[in-house]
Amino acid sequence: MSDLKKFREDTKKWLDENCPPSMRSGADSNIPVDEVWGGRNAKYKNPESKIWLDKMGEKGWTMPTVSKEYGGGGLNKDEVKILNEEMFLIGAKAPLLSFGIWMLAPVLLEYGTEQQKKEHLPKIIKGQIRWCQGYSEPGSGSDLASLATKAEDIGEKFLVNGQKVWTSYADKADWIFALVRTGPKEPKHDGISFLLIDMETKGVSTKPITLISGKSPFCETFFDDVEVPKNNLIGELNAGWTIAKKLLQHERAFISNFGLAAGMGSTKDVVSIAKKHLGDENGKIQNEFYRSEISSHKIKEHAFGLTLKRAGDEGGKASATASMFKLYGTEHNKKRHELMIAASGINGVAWDGDEFDDSDKNLTRAWLRTKGNSLEGGTSEVQLNVISKRVLGLPSQ
Amino acid sequence: MKLVLSEEEQFLKDTAKSFADERSPITHFRKLRDTNDPYLWDKDLWSEMTKLGWPGILIPEEYGGSNFGITGISVILNECGKTLTPSPLFATGVIGAYSITNFGTDEQKKNYLPQIVDGELTTALAIDETSHHNPANTEITAKKDGSNFIVNGKKIFVVDGASADLIILLARTSGKKGDLSGLTLFLIDSSTEGIDRIKLDMADSRNYANITFDNVEIPEVNILGDLETGGETVENILDIGRIAMASEMLGNSEAAFETTLDYLKQRKQFGVLIGSFQALQHRAAEMFCELELTKSSVMAATKAADEGSNELQRLSSLAKTVAGETLHLVSNEAVQMHGGIGVTDEYDIGFFLKRARVAEQIFGSSKYHTERYANLSGF
Repeated sequence: MSDLKKFREDTKKWLDENCPPSMRSGADSNIPVDEVWGGRNAKYKNPESKIWLDKMGEKGWTMPTVSKEYGGGGLNKDEVKILNEEMFLIGAKAPLLSFGIWMLAPVLLEYGTEQQKKEHLPKIIKGQIRWCQGYSEPGSGSDLASLATKAEDIGEKFLVNGQKVWTSYADKADWIFALVRTGPKEPKHDGISFLLIDMETKGVSTKPITLISGKSPFCETFFDDVEVPKNNLIGELNAGWTIAKKLLQHERAFISNFGLAAGMGSTKDVVSIAKKHLGDENGKIQNEFYRSEISSHKIKEHAFGLTLKRAGDEGGKASATASMFKLYGTEHNKKRHELMIAASGINGVAWDGDEFDDSDKNLTRAWLRTKGNSLEGGTSEVQLNVISKRVLGLPSQ
Repeated sequence: MKLVLSEEEQFLKDTAKSFADERSPITHFRKLRDTNDPYLWDKDLWSEMTKLGWPGILIPEEYGGSNFGITGISVILNECGKTLTPSPLFATGVIGAYSITNFGTDEQKKNYLPQIVDGELTTALAIDETSHHNPANTEITAKKDGSNFIVNGKKIFVVDGASADLIILLARTSGKKGDLSGLTLFLIDSSTEGIDRIKLDMADSRNYANITFDNVEIPEVNILGDLETGGETVENILDIGRIAMASEMLGNSEAAFETTLDYLKQRKQFGVLIGSFQALQHRAAEMFCELELTKSSVMAATKAADEGSNELQRLSSLAKTVAGETLHLVSNEAVQMHGGIGVTDEYDIGFFLKRARVAEQIFGSSKYHTERYANLSGF
């Protein structure tokens, strides 16, 4: 038996023994579903969510390509494909959602010291530490490099003072990776460093921001004389901007994929919503105007999906076009939600109370949430600037 | 299905690019238009293409072709599209070669395919009868008379119809307007008695004709495919044609975009390059994204055709829609961003706009295919 064949059999067997029933397709719909982000203070409505996370974390399969010395799965590309296929076959839930995995880990792997990798990667992979991102500030949105949160050298440590904003789930996170100003006299891009800060340190506080959707996934995060050990600096002093840009590519790739994946789910499908609210005869949406707009949108979405696939098939070229994927993924996601609420009519703008279904109320809020997609991780306009300058080589003013 | 070109396909593309750049830059097309060439494509250029084996790309080796596939011929059309190169490659090398190879009898294949490979025989698909493409609306009749069919009626907007030696005709042998059933395809020599061709002057200065059939006799053996299954057959032929046309249109868009981008980097106003204006930069960036989506759509469709995917129809409509909308956008923006010279005949960019609107109509507009996509997707 070939190695890969054996790997498939072992994986199948392992999943069979270790993936709890409620973590697979066909799970009892009465069992509550957790969004598992891990961390020190994680709470689980369904204990099997925790079991599944621990099992996968132990194997290192939440980051299967990372080497075993850092707690990863140590798998090669072919093995990862098999793992994904076998998980797909039983409809296994993703064990862990994590900014640590999506954003910080790639940066640690590229820029971290051996000691930093060994300290942080295993905890990310096992879901023991939940991370958040400290980038934007009240005065530094699109012009991120103007950030003012300062980290002063006080000998053994940095002394951090300032404020971050739009820190996703900062109130639930254990650690934050932040951009801080360490070179106040340098040109703005050359005085920034990338620092890891334990949120339990004295002087760190958070305050949730309520969004138009009524939810509060973001916080303001305050640093008031926070002392941070110097070995929490990633990369060279004042070289944080390069790392930040790299991380933004990972973030943009993630946000664009997220938008696309959301479109695949049947309950969020614009076609089924349109058929429900506008009528469905012989499988056709009974309103030509909506039908035509929906078809145009579906075509664009199809073409976008094929472009993601092509970038993958071409291999490696994706980073040059990360801005395009971020731009399109989020703009499509917004458009899809606009179509869904429009096709829902009155129900598409339901807010609360028993007169409306949960699916209607959730849709309204989801629609409002998408308005942030084209702002977070660099606005659509910033992406257009990046494409104009870096891809098309158009001149600066 | 991997969305990358194979080495052979990349080689064909590179060859086609050098050929188009050297042998048929846009000045070639301009000259044909200015001299009011009766064919609007050049016989010498066609024989050079023939020497490169292009008319035989979809034809099996036993008939002299190379059987390189839809992706192969599409990358060539893509490159020809960049320099607006007119030739029988689409109507003959794609439509004629594909139709006869896939649906012809042994006799028809033996008779026609080697002639196509040698560049001696050109073909044209006579399909539309009204200003909007819709094969089901075919009304032209072919009535059985002994071992012959008698054809009466009119076809319009036949691509290469003014020059083709062989006409592939979609006619109604039964049923009524609106039915895809009851249609049959025929192969007819264009010099057959009763056929009258009126050359059309279209905005893109390419070869088109309206063709009338007045009691034209066609022997039964000239049926292409089977009697009464022409509707289904022609949809398959059209899908291949739509994909190839989408690839050519992608080439049109790419060239118009490149030319415009160069202009943004050269033209100065208010003392600065106009490409430094954000109002133009963002529009250029959006076009870049649309072009990337178009490349993926076209490649997915050509690969689906080569692999016999059951997604062929949907991907064909996808490719034609996306390529049409992108070309529509880019051709408009190209003229606008060029400013005054963009609307002069002396400057080439206007050619792209005129070609765009005609190509958008060929084998169904973006609107037609957006509806077809919805039908095929089950909504």
